[in-house]
Amino acid sequence: MTDQALMERIIAFRAKPENQSPHGKFLGLEIMDVDEAEATVKIPYSKDLAGNSATGILHGGIVTTALDAASGLAVIATFERAITIATLDLRIDYLKPATPGEVIFAYGHCYKTTRNVCFVRGLAYQKDKSDPIANSTATFMITANHTGKKDDQLRTDEATGAKL
Amino acid sequence: MSLMELIKQAKEEDDFSLLSEGIPYMKSLGISVVENDGQLITTMKADPKLTGNPWIPALHGGTIGGLLETAAIIQLAHDQDTDNLPRTINITVEYLRTGFIKDLHATAIVTKQGRRVANVQVRCWQENPDKPVAAMHGHFLMS
Repeated sequence: MTDQALMERIIAFRAKPENQSPHGKFLGLEIMDVDEAEATVKIPYSKDLAGNSATGILHGGIVTTALDAASGLAVIATFERAITIATLDLRIDYLKPATPGEVIFAYGHCYKTTRNVCFVRGLAYQKDKSDPIANSTATFMITANHTGKKDDQLRTDEATGAKL
Repeated sequence: MSLMELIKQAKEEDDFSLLSEGIPYMKSLGISVVENDGQLITTMKADPKLTGNPWIPALHGGTIGGLLETAAIIQLAHDQDTDNLPRTINITVEYLRTGFIKDLHATAIVTKQGRRVANVQVRCWQENPDKPVAAMHGHFLMS
């Protein structure tokens, strides 16, 4: 599905304040890009989110949140039909410390789907995507498929909202 | 106060919540620590700003991962004679059931303490410790 319409729908949905996830809003999380089976989000730097006040390096929880959001969004952007999903597991390898003061981007790619489970690879990076700060592997459970026409928009929105 | 001094003070006063002074993320998310029978319990207080899915509503998976990683780091700082916080090498978070907007408690077990690397397992739960919301295992570099 090379669905410009879906991407636009997801971004338009997210733009409405009432549809932003409270935690995403709290962190200033933004969707940068959604494409077929791929998504990128960003979280701005804040010293209040550091894991160590001496170094100012962002806490791992921020990287986890960004990768979970990007990976889940990548799953949603894989399906033409509306689905709702739940994270089964998420593994993160920290490759190098994040540079304090710089925005963090997270990218997810859903490379395999089955009837019940989807598999996603992800990267977190700052200035250079080819020199990531973290690498991730996640699996997601499809908790519901929706084929009924009436509810589809709503269900997609719920699923989308859940990962923003 | 430096992190080194905070860790020292936390040990002297037996109050690991003091570490939140050196870990701004703990303060921002509302994570605190109590010691109960020699076991540290790290708690993330229920707060609407931790919501990921507002339709259930449920905690954001990232906040659950953040709590679990924090619990592991604090347990290692508590157990070890260290001047600095351990650094995360990798973590695997397993999401077992929905985390509702309620207090979330975590306990960590250091499975293996090596000279340079530690393996830690963490579980978290809400009302019933026998019904874990998520589990994590990970490796940490001791500094």
